[in-house]
Amino acid sequence: MNHTEDNWLYEISPKRKLIDLNFKEIWRYRDLLVLFVKRDITTVYKQTILGPLWFFIQPLFTSVIYTLVFNNIANIPTGEVPSFLFNLTGITAWNYFNECFSSTSNTFNQNAALFGKVYFPRVIMPMSKVIAGLVKFGIQLLILIIFYAYFLWQGFSISPNTNILLFPVYVLLMALMGLGFGMIISAMTTKYRDLTVLIGFATSLLVYVSAVPYPVSQVEEKMPKLAWLVKMNPLTQIIEGFRYMILDEGVYTSLGLLYTIAVSIFIFILGLLIFNKTEKNFIDTV
Amino acid sequence: MSVILKAENISKQYRLGTVGTGTLSHDLNRWWHQIRGKEDPYLKVGAVNDRSAKASEDYVWALRDINFEVKPGEVLGIIGKNGAGKSTLLKLLSRITAPTTGSIKTRGRIASLLEVGTGFHPELTGRENIFLNGAILGMTKTEIRSKIDEIIAFSGCEMYIDTPVKRYSSGMRVRLGFAVAAHLEPEILVVDEVLAVGDAEFQKKAIGKMQDLSTGEGRTVLFVSHNMGSIKQLCTKSLVLENGFANFIGDVNEGINIYLGKKNKKKEKKLADRNDRKGKKSFKFTQISCVDNKKQLVKSLLSGEQYVFNINYQNKTKLYAVAIRLLFVDNKGVVRFLCNNKFSSSEVTFDRKESGVIKCVIPKFPLPNGNYSIHLTCFSSEGIEDDIENVFNFEVIGGDFFNTGKEQVSKDGVLVNNDFLFD
Repeated sequence: MNHTEDNWLYEISPKRKLIDLNFKEIWRYRDLLVLFVKRDITTVYKQTILGPLWFFIQPLFTSVIYTLVFNNIANIPTGEVPSFLFNLTGITAWNYFNECFSSTSNTFNQNAALFGKVYFPRVIMPMSKVIAGLVKFGIQLLILIIFYAYFLWQGFSISPNTNILLFPVYVLLMALMGLGFGMIISAMTTKYRDLTVLIGFATSLLVYVSAVPYPVSQVEEKMPKLAWLVKMNPLTQIIEGFRYMILDEGVYTSLGLLYTIAVSIFIFILGLLIFNKTEKNFIDTV
Repeated sequence: MSVILKAENISKQYRLGTVGTGTLSHDLNRWWHQIRGKEDPYLKVGAVNDRSAKASEDYVWALRDINFEVKPGEVLGIIGKNGAGKSTLLKLLSRITAPTTGSIKTRGRIASLLEVGTGFHPELTGRENIFLNGAILGMTKTEIRSKIDEIIAFSGCEMYIDTPVKRYSSGMRVRLGFAVAAHLEPEILVVDEVLAVGDAEFQKKAIGKMQDLSTGEGRTVLFVSHNMGSIKQLCTKSLVLENGFANFIGDVNEGINIYLGKKNKKKEKKLADRNDRKGKKSFKFTQISCVDNKKQLVKSLLSGEQYVFNINYQNKTKLYAVAIRLLFVDNKGVVRFLCNNKFSSSEVTFDRKESGVIKCVIPKFPLPNGNYSIHLTCFSSEGIEDDIENVFNFEVIGGDFFNTGKEQVSKDGVLVNNDFLFD
């Protein structure tokens, strides 16, 4: 072998380019990604009796509570659609975003022990969480379909519209947004832990700003001054759009979707950049 | 031959103390310098990495200007005291954290083994964990699949391989972890003292495997250990770190001598000032030395000769039932034998004294070749008065214990006089 002086495989140095994602390397570790996904799925409910049934229980109970509080007590109308189904749809979508976000937002702190002992492209870890979350999302989607069928059989006039073709787009948007925000928060909490406190209650409040338990039309009607806040929230667009394509109920604009796509991609790229910058030295300050 | 790994001027700075508002102001200042395109102001400061010195600054240089090159097939042993920067260096090499300045260039894939069984999930079975751990260390699925039988056999945990790892004993976990790691095939392997675990049989197996890797397969290995035995056995080159500086790079035996020499001189000089001692402080060992039968001070001993260990002390209160104990410890931490006046003569009473000398006479020194140290303790009726490890480091270099002109080859245990009668 005849090496020239600069023929190095790679170099470890303090400086790093702004965008320094080594896709070749990530590809080389693809088996690890698969194994992490498998691990996350199989180990969550080990030594529980109900196992994956727990995936059903959380959205069902939440939907029941929402229906009781928001629709029965507060009388929020949900149009032609049964309130329970309306809530279940919103929660299913919200849950996937929330899963992506919360499981990736503590990547660095939670895996400090592992990251401190061995190198692999760190981004594999949050990516695996997002993919593993798809399984949970799939199961929750199944329960949604079961109730959908039940309500159809009961004689409610509900049907999806052609927007259903955008289904993969919405899933991808939720993943990108959750992952992007998760990576940003994860990177920002390695040295100063203040944000972790905020995140705990912020996500539970975000549900209300993202139009999960009510249709967007209600905000416009009852709080016209604050409606912009809900409508500018890209998550609202996702939740409302998700409900629109499945239940044919709500507001959908192509402009809103484009806006959400742009924001999601921006957040995701920003997340990647911050994550990459942090991964290099975070172990010193975590 | 070309160079496979090259470290150029690498330094690593750490902050001392805790993260809080103080660090925030430094971070803001650093950021302010950065956006104006100026150099990090805190790179100019930083104390020398001397663990026992008083912290005078906020920053410390864990490593400073380290340069070295490794050629393919070389086994580089990295030695140094606790906190000299060994593990920091390995962390930089294995890309866990980036150097503050300087760069490391490599032509090969580096796999690091800073701990065995990294990323084991307790709920997964041994087999599943082999795949997971292998992938974490950089192997592909097909690679692992082709070696799985070998790995299981090497670990010696065949019976438990389909049982969750949480049911394993800690030793079994280590065996499984090392088995995976030993079957890694990177161009450069970085290993941190993982060999110090497991039972004797497994350690032997592990060392054997390491030797195969480097000699048989021409793998480049960087190896950190406190065990000079395995350094000597495995390495072809050594790097001695002291207080974050590279003290010596080159021949293994020379490196080991420099390391041991440094260690001896430093410890001995400071016995009276050392703080790593237990006890009540009223009684204190101040100095220890060894003289042979010609009254010469020695550090290299011969087995079978007479030696006197002179132990100086100071004592501030009257002590009853005093017993002085010398433990002779080898470099693996095993106590080979001990001397204690409580058993060999009787306990004594000590008066208040500014300084005194205790002599411990060993008429026929019973240790075979090797490096040893003495762990010194003083007991009284009140309990432990003073207790301090590594007070005296010495080596035994041969000797004629049996007066037969023949030297016992085995380096284990102690030498005892014996006679054989044959009918």
